[in-house]
Amino acid sequence: MSLSSVTIAQPAVAQTEAKPSRARFIKPALGLLLPVAIAIAWELAVRLGVSDGRLVPPPSRIWATLMELAATGELQRHVAVTVGRVAAGFAFGVAAGTLAGAICGASALTRRLLDPTLQALRAIPSIAWVPLFILWLGIFESSKITLIAVGVFFPVYLGVMGAALSVDRKIVEVGRVFRLSGPSMVRRILLPAVLPAYVIALRSGLGLGWMFVVAAELLGASEGLGYLLVDGQQLGKPAQIVAAIVVFAVIGKTTDWLIVAAMAPFLRWEDRHGVGGA
Amino acid sequence: MLSIAQIGKTYPNHVRALDGITLSVVPGEIVAVVGGSGCGKSTLLRLISGLDLPSQGRIALDGDAIASPHEKIGIVFQEPRLLPWLTVADNVGFGLADRPKAERTERVARQLDRVGLADKAKVWPRELSGGQAQRVALARALVMRPEVLLLDEPFSALDAFTRIDLQDHLLDLWADGKPTLIVVTHDVDEAIVLADRVVVMRPQPGRVFAEIAIDLARPRDRQSAAYDFAKRRVLAALDRSLDRKAVTDDGETRSETGAALWW
Repeated sequence: MSLSSVTIAQPAVAQTEAKPSRARFIKPALGLLLPVAIAIAWELAVRLGVSDGRLVPPPSRIWATLMELAATGELQRHVAVTVGRVAAGFAFGVAAGTLAGAICGASALTRRLLDPTLQALRAIPSIAWVPLFILWLGIFESSKITLIAVGVFFPVYLGVMGAALSVDRKIVEVGRVFRLSGPSMVRRILLPAVLPAYVIALRSGLGLGWMFVVAAELLGASEGLGYLLVDGQQLGKPAQIVAAIVVFAVIGKTTDWLIVAAMAPFLRWEDRHGVGGA
Repeated sequence: MLSIAQIGKTYPNHVRALDGITLSVVPGEIVAVVGGSGCGKSTLLRLISGLDLPSQGRIALDGDAIASPHEKIGIVFQEPRLLPWLTVADNVGFGLADRPKAERTERVARQLDRVGLADKAKVWPRELSGGQAQRVALARALVMRPEVLLLDEPFSALDAFTRIDLQDHLLDLWADGKPTLIVVTHDVDEAIVLADRVVVMRPQPGRVFAEIAIDLARPRDRQSAAYDFAKRRVLAALDRSLDRKAVTDDGETRSETGAALWW
C-alpha cells in the first residue's frame, strides 16, 4: 500500500492512498523509456542512411501516414468500425460467459452437463470457425461479431466459473449464520467475492476480443483497422501497416485501462501486494 | 434455555465425531467446552449454530428446534471472518441490513464504541490487527443481541497479552445483555476465567466426560489459590479423559506435566 506498489503504465489507478508526488508521474513514465528509445534509435538510423527504411518505416513516416489518414477522416472511420465490432462482440461474449460461468459455478449438475462440451469447443482454434460463420451468417457484421463474441466468451466463462467455485467456504458460512436468502447471498457475499477475478476475466476477454477482430477483418472486410493492414500489404505500404498496429496498441491499452479504472472504486478493499495489476 | 438432547454426529465417511451428548444451558450461563484435539468440540458448536445438522438427537432453544442458523444464536469463529470488501462499520452492521438506516447506524456505532474501536469504523478490515479484527467479529455478533453466543476458540490465534485482555473484555461485554455463552477452547485458563461450568469432553467419539462447576466470584483473580485449585481439577479431568494413568492424590506434579501434552 505504498508508492512501491504503483505499477508501470497504470497511471493514477487505485492509488488514492499514494501521496501525490512526482513519483506518481515518473514511475508510469518509466514504461515509455524503452519504446521511445527504440523509436529514436530507428529514426536516427534511417536519417543517417544506415537503412533506407523502406520495409521498416521510421517513426516520422508512420506519424505522417497516421496524420494523412486522420486528415481524410479515413482513420476515424476505420477505428469506429473496429471499435464498434469489438464492443458488440465483447458485450455478447461477456453476457454469455458470465451467465454460463455463474450457472456452472453454482450448480454441480449443470457443470457436469455443460462444462465438458464448452471445454471441447474452447480447444477449437478460433479461426476454424470463420468459414462456418461466413456460411451461416454471411460475410458482413454478424459473422465478425459472432467470432469476437466466441473469443471473449471462453476466458470470461472460465474466470467466472473458477472464481465462483473458489469462494471461501468460511465467508459463505458468515452469510449462512446471518441467514441470507439465496439472492442476498449472491449479492452480498458471492458477487463481491468474485469481483477481483471477474475483472481479470474481463480483461483477458477483451484482449482476445482485439485479437479476434483482426482475424475477422483480415479475412474479408472493406473497412476497419484490420482492413488497413490487408490494404497496406496488398499495396506495399508498410507505414500504413505499422500505423494500424500502433492504433491497435493504443486503443487496446486504453480499453483495458478503462476496465481497470471503472472497477477500481469497487476493489479498493483488496489486500494485495501489487496495485493495478499488469 | 438451550437444551441439547442425546445428539450424535456421524460424518459421511463414517467418522463418528459426537455421541450421546446431553447438555442444558440456562440463560446467562457461561459454559466452556474443553477437550483433547479431535474430541468434536468444534463440531458440537457447529451443530448448535445450525450450520451443520446432528445425525441423532435434538437441539432446541426455548423449545424451538435448531435445524438451520437461528436469529437468536450468534457465533464468533476462530478467525475473524470479516468481509474484506466492507468497512469495519459495515461488517458490524452486516446482520442489520433489514433495519432502518438510523437504527442500524446507531447500534453499530454503540457496539463499536463498546469494543473500543469507534475510531476504526471507516477503515478496511485489512488495516486491523488480529486482536482488533476479532473484536470487530465479536461486535458483529453482539450487535444482533443474541440470546446465545457461541465462540469457537475465539482468541487462540492471538498473543498471550491480547488474549487475556480480550477475555476480560468479553466478560465486560457479556454483562451488557447477559447472553448465554458457549466457549470452545483448548486454553484451560481461558475456560476458568470465563466459565460458570467447564465441560470436559473425551474423544473418539466425542462424549461429555465431566462437568466441573466453577464457583468463583467475578472478576476472577488469575493468581488466587481457589483459581489454581479449579485449574488443577480441570487439568486432572482432562488427563483422565485421555485415559492417562490415573492421577491421584500424589499426582499433582504428574498432572501438570500431562497437562502440557493434552491438546
